[in-house]
Amino acid sequence: MKKIQDCLRERILVIDGAMGTMIQRHKLTEADYRGERFKDWPSDLKGNNDLLSITQPHIIEGIHKEYLEAGADIIETNTFSSTVIAQADYGLQSIAYELNVASAKCARNAIDKFLTSPPTPLQGRGASPRFVAGAIGPLNKTLSLSPDVNNPGYRAVTFDEVVAAYYEQVSGLVDGGVDILLVETIFDTLNAKAAIFAIKKYFRDTKHEELPVMISGTITDASGRTLSGQTLEAFYTSIMHAKPLSVGLNCALGAAEMRSHIEELSTIAGCYTSAYPNAGLPNAMGEYDEHPHQTAGFIEEWARQGFVNIVGGCCGTTPDHIKHIADAVKNFQPRELPVVETELA
Amino acid sequence: MSSNTTIQPFLRLSGLEPLIIRPEMNFVNVGERTNVTGSKKFARLIRDNQYEEALSVARQQVESGAQILDVNMDDAMLEGVQAMTTFINLLQSEPDIAKIPVMIDSSKFEIIEAGLKCVQGRCIVNSISMKEGEEKFIAQALICKDFGAAVIVMAFDEVGQADTKKRKVDICHRAYKRLTEKVGFDPQDIIFDPNIFAIATGIEEHNNYAVDFIEATKEIKQLMPLTKVSGGVSNVSFSFRGNEHVREAIHSVFLYYAIKAGMDMGIVNAGQLVVYDEIEPTLKQLCEDVILNRNNDNNEATEKLIVFAETVKAKGKVEVRDEAWRNTSVEERLKHSLVNGITDYIDADTEEARLKYPKPLDVIEGPLMDGMNVVGDLFGAGKMFLPQVVKSARVMKKSVAVLTPFIEAGKEKRRLAHEAAGTKNEEGAGAAKILLATVKGDVHDIGKNIVGVVLGCNGYDIVDLGVMVPTDKILDSAIKEKADIIGLSGLITPSLDEMVHIAKEMKRRNMLQPLMIGGATTSRIHTAVKIAPQYDMGVVHVLDASRSVTVAGSLLSKEQKTGFLDTVKTEYDTLKTNFDNKKSSKVYLSYAEALQNKTKIDWANYKPVTPVFTGTKVFEDYSLAEIREYIDWKPFFIAWEMHGNFPDILQDVKVGAEATKLFNDANKLLDKIISEKWLVAKGTIGFWEAASDGDDIYVTTPSSPIKLSSLRQQIKKAPGQPNLSLADFIAPKSANLKDHIGAFAVTIHGIEKHIKAFEAQLDDYNKIMLQALADRLAEAFAEVLHKRTRMEFWGYDKEEQLSNDDLIKEKYTGIRPAPGYPACPDHTEKYKLFDLLDANKAIGIQLTESLAMYPASSVCGWYFSHPQSQYYGVGKITRDQLEVYAKRKEMPIEELERWLGQNLE
Repeated sequence: MKKIQDCLRERILVIDGAMGTMIQRHKLTEADYRGERFKDWPSDLKGNNDLLSITQPHIIEGIHKEYLEAGADIIETNTFSSTVIAQADYGLQSIAYELNVASAKCARNAIDKFLTSPPTPLQGRGASPRFVAGAIGPLNKTLSLSPDVNNPGYRAVTFDEVVAAYYEQVSGLVDGGVDILLVETIFDTLNAKAAIFAIKKYFRDTKHEELPVMISGTITDASGRTLSGQTLEAFYTSIMHAKPLSVGLNCALGAAEMRSHIEELSTIAGCYTSAYPNAGLPNAMGEYDEHPHQTAGFIEEWARQGFVNIVGGCCGTTPDHIKHIADAVKNFQPRELPVVETELA
Repeated sequence: MSSNTTIQPFLRLSGLEPLIIRPEMNFVNVGERTNVTGSKKFARLIRDNQYEEALSVARQQVESGAQILDVNMDDAMLEGVQAMTTFINLLQSEPDIAKIPVMIDSSKFEIIEAGLKCVQGRCIVNSISMKEGEEKFIAQALICKDFGAAVIVMAFDEVGQADTKKRKVDICHRAYKRLTEKVGFDPQDIIFDPNIFAIATGIEEHNNYAVDFIEATKEIKQLMPLTKVSGGVSNVSFSFRGNEHVREAIHSVFLYYAIKAGMDMGIVNAGQLVVYDEIEPTLKQLCEDVILNRNNDNNEATEKLIVFAETVKAKGKVEVRDEAWRNTSVEERLKHSLVNGITDYIDADTEEARLKYPKPLDVIEGPLMDGMNVVGDLFGAGKMFLPQVVKSARVMKKSVAVLTPFIEAGKEKRRLAHEAAGTKNEEGAGAAKILLATVKGDVHDIGKNIVGVVLGCNGYDIVDLGVMVPTDKILDSAIKEKADIIGLSGLITPSLDEMVHIAKEMKRRNMLQPLMIGGATTSRIHTAVKIAPQYDMGVVHVLDASRSVTVAGSLLSKEQKTGFLDTVKTEYDTLKTNFDNKKSSKVYLSYAEALQNKTKIDWANYKPVTPVFTGTKVFEDYSLAEIREYIDWKPFFIAWEMHGNFPDILQDVKVGAEATKLFNDANKLLDKIISEKWLVAKGTIGFWEAASDGDDIYVTTPSSPIKLSSLRQQIKKAPGQPNLSLADFIAPKSANLKDHIGAFAVTIHGIEKHIKAFEAQLDDYNKIMLQALADRLAEAFAEVLHKRTRMEFWGYDKEEQLSNDDLIKEKYTGIRPAPGYPACPDHTEKYKLFDLLDANKAIGIQLTESLAMYPASSVCGWYFSHPQSQYYGVGKITRDQLEVYAKRKEMPIEELERWLGQNLE
């Protein structure tokens, strides 16, 4: 089968849209989240979306299927919070590894079924390969900021703890069969550095063939910086040792607000670039209401300008958004990799 | 297109900002003072745990131009790993320092690792070497690479430190091969330190050390052009320690030649580098001789420099730092410290402000809050970012800490005074308590934590319940903890609904605490539209952490709370109205559908009340004394920019005295107005038989019938909610009932003469007072007539027993909407009202071309008596209704578009 590196040379790839938005549509109850296995679990589990890969795998697979049908080349595992640290909110530290395996399998199953089912008119790219990206989220504890202002030197978590949490996640994702590791929604670069550290360590320890790594940061506000205060270029500089397959931005901003940052990134990144913005900024009611054709319109312009190699959607985007995005970029050439000089000019 | 983009092989580093070391940069300063081995002061501060001051050493380095900060904690007295961790973590919370990259400097690799674990940016490790063999060297390099750090490689091998040019070059080249071939380092990420040793020591073998370094540098750069060369510059002048003047000159001359040879960066005291061209010629000459080892047989040059050195007294240089702001006023200085997060002077400045202001609390509410507001504004505008805001909060806290003992002492003094006088002390004890929680179903709490620390900094007691907190737990804890404010946070969309639920619960439980709403998905408009209407004791959206301070301050201040909440409520009401109107633009019914969804009134079982008379009745000179009893004073105070409920405002601690004075003046003037008959209240009311047909109301008059046209809401309503039109409240023709409509107009005449008189006396106060009172009288007159209409003239509610307060709150039956206001926004209907009442002739109100009434203190409107009639806003209407409406009114559509601009899609 073709490798993702080969596909990226040929065309702009499409990554899927929001998982949370799609899960919300099912209006699941506490009982749905719990399923049979966790029906007596002492703490609330509603909202623990990652858990659904175990308790309601058909729903997660169904969402993956919708995105594949919409034209996504890459689908993300439902593992944004599948670490011991994030799961501690639910007392579910013990199943962190299992969550990653289960979610990876949901995605893998969805692709297998999709590729073997008879093609529908929607599937423009019938036989082209589809990839599972193991989603590695930012954690709810941060290594660069103190939660206690009286003690700015304090950290709620240590680098070693974060590395251990990500290491476990990576091992679950790889065992579950992902094709790519995607460190995403990075608002504290040090957390991402711990993830990179864990990934390198994992492949060195296990001698498993290294999987490509995608890295996606988040510019959070009007200052154009990450939450931990870095400018975009400082962020890229801080993670480039991962030698990622791609670097990009996702979440927090809509495509309109993300444009200048993606443009900048496309000029400084030595690797492929990715961008999966939210469906606009949330409106006053906290809903994302940018229409699929609007989001796709912005992204089409990025494709025309040669800013991007991988595009898709984050919060608020739906299969319809992804379909529009896939249609909008399919006739454009992907961004060419810059020439990386090895001698001074 | 990006096809021509190239990425140059530069060394790239980062703190909060990138640092790209390009060839044209010439030389990169690495700040050296945050090094316990090189700075006694810094070492002492670290040993004494005075990290805050140690940070100002770092800041001073950045301010003096350091582009990278070297941090070294190698001291036998220190627990190095811990000291490195603590200091680097602290550095990371100082954005003005953290903006530059860090160089983690230690001879112990575990300390280097500890430092690397704390820095988000791309660091330099200083240093690794092959002194314990290649294997260890490679293992350490690999770890550095996993952290994404560049490395300094010391020219050191199993044999020892390289001193000659040849050994320097050989060791560096060997290390280069291992790093690039075995570890996979990019050449540009390798920095060599070919060892700078002390010269002019008196030992002849040392005399060529500077030359060795300079020449080795040249060769290294030729052999491995992408690599960098660095070094600890101050070593070279070690033998002149104590004589800073000479040392600086040596450094400067040394760098001049080393940079020419290709040295890229060096560890220097960035604040103490004399400009090469500024060195006095004799000294420069002597320095060049020792550095280049010229004229130095038998240490000749060295001796000369030593002799010279003794003749110059150490003329330590003044630190270059922009301290001009220290000369500004104490308010400006406090603001500067807050905005820039500087704690160095905050104690003294706060003390100065305390002595300047009448009460210590005034310092907090004055200059400190002003400063925090600037911080909030800058943050909102993206000109400051979060870590800086958190720092500002710390400065604030320090300042508050200085003031607290005085505030407490003042309280104690007053308590004793109260005790002696036997009066009641109403001051609460202890800090105000704020309860924070991320709502059920949401696990995000970074923002909430920041709010917690910022508020904590400002002296509030914070009870943080954490994440996923169910409503009951939040509310039970608030009661148990006696919280003064509840703060809710949420990041995901469903949290918004949860907050609405909590607000409802708070109302159901009759809670009193104001509610603060914050978090990424929350918004002022959502708060205004969805949350605030659920709870009456105050709901405020807080945009960001920096603003939480002022909001909490206002909510907890007895003086400010009412006014603040009033202002917020007014603002939110407006937002809600605007939103409701706007919302219809998105989801609205066709006019035909809206008409179908009219108010459901059971006309079959309704018996309309017939007014006592039909036609009009005029009141020529209504008793002002009677009208006065119906004045709603709240708008009067708002006109004077005093916000608060009447009569509470008269007792308000802050504005009470002024409000009382104003109220007394107003009543004095009213007395005069009434006794001297300055003003005349004229009014007219009328009732006519009426029946509706669709959205038109046909009014029977002695001459020809008049058709009133009303507009209908088209907003898509919740199931069961009607789309309202005034016509709904009049019995339809088909019902065959004898229903009625009423109208009124009132005005206050006679103001001009007195206004002119006040103007002549330059008495703006009484002029404004008179205008405000005339407005109030007109409104009160409308209230009087409406009441009498309900009770006697129309008489549909003869038993009504409502206080003035109830009237203000519109608790009566029936409505009196005015043309041009939300329920009937079409001003042009006023013509018909005036025709029916003959208002111009009867009571002398004129309509201007824009349909304003003159005299200005006039009110008019319709009377509807049906118990289901209610006030509402028409909101936006769509084209189809406009077209039908124009046809019904026989008016050109363009003209109506002009009048109804606000209501059109």
